[in-house]
Amino acid sequence: MSHQILLGDEAIALGAVHAGLSAGYSYPGTPASEIMEYLVRLAGETKAFTAVWSVNEKVAYEEALGASFAGKRALVSFKHVGLNVAADPFMNSAVTGANGGLLVVSADDPGMHSSQNEQDSRYYVQFAQIIAYEPSDHQEAYDMAREAFDVSERFGLPVLMRMVTRLAHSRSPVQTREPRGPNELKTGASKDWTLLPVNARRRFAMLLDRQPDMVRFSEGSQFNVLKLNESDRSLGVIASGVGYNYFREALKGEGALPSFLKISTYPLPEGLIRELVGHVDTVLVVEDGYPFIERQLKGLFGIAGKTVLGKLSGAFPATGELSPDIVRRALGRGPLPAVAASGLPLSGRPPQLCVGCPHADTFKALNKAREDYPGSNVFSDIGCYTLGALPPYNAVQTCVCMGASIGMARGASDVGLHPAISVIGDSTFAHSGITPLLGAACADTDMTVIVLDNATTAMTGGQPSCGTGERLLRIIEGVGVPKEHIRTIEPLPKNHEKNIQIIKEELDHRGLSVIVAVRECVQEQRKKRS
Amino acid sequence: MKQDIILAGVGGQGILSIAYVIDNAALADGLFFKQAEVHGMAQRGGAVQSHMRLSNEAIWSDLIPKGEADMILSVEPLEALRYFEYLRPGGIVVTSSTPYRNIPDYPDIDRVLDAVRQAPRCVVVDSEQLAREAGTVKAQNIVLLGAASGSLILKEASLLLTIDALFRGRGATILEANLKAFELGKKAALDA
Repeated sequence: MSHQILLGDEAIALGAVHAGLSAGYSYPGTPASEIMEYLVRLAGETKAFTAVWSVNEKVAYEEALGASFAGKRALVSFKHVGLNVAADPFMNSAVTGANGGLLVVSADDPGMHSSQNEQDSRYYVQFAQIIAYEPSDHQEAYDMAREAFDVSERFGLPVLMRMVTRLAHSRSPVQTREPRGPNELKTGASKDWTLLPVNARRRFAMLLDRQPDMVRFSEGSQFNVLKLNESDRSLGVIASGVGYNYFREALKGEGALPSFLKISTYPLPEGLIRELVGHVDTVLVVEDGYPFIERQLKGLFGIAGKTVLGKLSGAFPATGELSPDIVRRALGRGPLPAVAASGLPLSGRPPQLCVGCPHADTFKALNKAREDYPGSNVFSDIGCYTLGALPPYNAVQTCVCMGASIGMARGASDVGLHPAISVIGDSTFAHSGITPLLGAACADTDMTVIVLDNATTAMTGGQPSCGTGERLLRIIEGVGVPKEHIRTIEPLPKNHEKNIQIIKEELDHRGLSVIVAVRECVQEQRKKRS
Repeated sequence: MKQDIILAGVGGQGILSIAYVIDNAALADGLFFKQAEVHGMAQRGGAVQSHMRLSNEAIWSDLIPKGEADMILSVEPLEALRYFEYLRPGGIVVTSSTPYRNIPDYPDIDRVLDAVRQAPRCVVVDSEQLAREAGTVKAQNIVLLGAASGSLILKEASLLLTIDALFRGRGATILEANLKAFELGKKAALDA
């Protein structure tokens, strides 16, 4: 049809829409947020499908699964650690199966540009024993998203797309094709969806029986490409996803390429791998993320007579993102001539809280209030306010996973820490802070929870928050926090002394307190003004 | 024909708007392009960069290999220095001379500019002054784009059409200021 300039994330979103998507669900998280941003925008314009920012990834997954059970095509997207949150429905949906096509997009973040870890979603694919795609470029992202729904319906299983930051946040033109319409609604329910042991056993056996079919499917996938160099048997390259681009980049203009296998569809295409490995003496595995392919190739004992190179062998660094330079070096090519790095020592420029950010005022008051409590600890959560760990604030001491601050503060309090303080944003609180607060309220745990209500999901670009304003206060009261220990402050410099006083009062209270710091994100205010 | 450009600056300085204009001009000119950018945490006042690759042939890597960048286009002088080792011999640096001081240990600006001038070729423009002259200090990014325009493989008409499309919706004053910022940047580069 036409060329559109799209982010890798947007190419997936548009591919899904053109495949007849009826409903998409997500929780914001870099580098996946732009998938749902795009869907929300398009749904607003066309009204042709539903696009929802869900309360968390588990809920998003269940919403998408419900839409699939109703016969419609559904998408759920999140960052890699979001799949941890959604792991329960994800693993079980491989057993129930899907009805309408179900595409799960999990965006990995090799190099941890905006994440706590480098976990590789391909292990989840193997864990659930389903089919997955790993695009190397924008066109593939679009084409695979379209194909994934057909494949999901053909196998009756969810299909995963593994994305990485580099492609998610790269723009390029994409050739789009004629859209397909949505599925008809299907009523009624299959027994397969009730995972009582009697059904689960039958379904799990079926899933295992389908594995050879899936391998055959992967071997025939247009996205897995084997090219053998008949005149050179020394080196073969297995490259997956964006790793393939770096391999081709390093050898561009060199004439004959070594034998290679591009892997962009999983499970591993065993036949193609055997052909390549049989043809060459040394195999170099180029993959962004964990050594997923390399480890399986080598197994415990390696391959007799063959050398396998990759992250495990030390041909690539074990951590961090791949780059064209790293792959070039692993292929034995020297560095390109370049200008020397500047001799001037370059000060780093780390991210920081915006000028006028409400979190800054809360942290200043909290730091001051804590001066009288040298044994206190501030358990923080995930959001812009995690930057409070850095100078000049040095105000928080943890960042583990969404919602963890409240549970961790309770654990510390249970074993005697006082005061145990939790700091959590409104969106993160809605995501997974409510349940640990409910537990703490049941026990009247001696701790102080500070909810930073800036009325948005700020770090990922200002998506709506489900737990803000009046609703947030009612939730806190509703889970059983004593009303007299639900305090509200407005984090502004003019309220500094008053806020310190309120925080101190609640730190002194030997029971559960929640302080809600209410002031809108300055970025959101700016957006509204312009 | 190819051109690899590192776009650099500080989160909030409008790097992605420059990228947007170049992307759309490249599409209009029938070129292949890939443009890798930074989202998320780094956008909060941190160093940001975008790898912009233009070519009349298909492009493999989203990232520019070290030694392949033909240009560093930076809205901030210290940020221009951060990517020198990406520049090929003979490559050009187009940068603002206006420091963005949101860090406590920002080096002496004269030393920064001296280091910038170590590049094989460089164009340094006072983007703050020129943007002010154009009507809005926010148009420093477009001043820089104008300053680079003579060295880009893109048609100037395609760049101007995209600037028009980008700013038309924000009112005539902002559009005029950005078109003027482009012209002033272009002129400053010729005079530099």
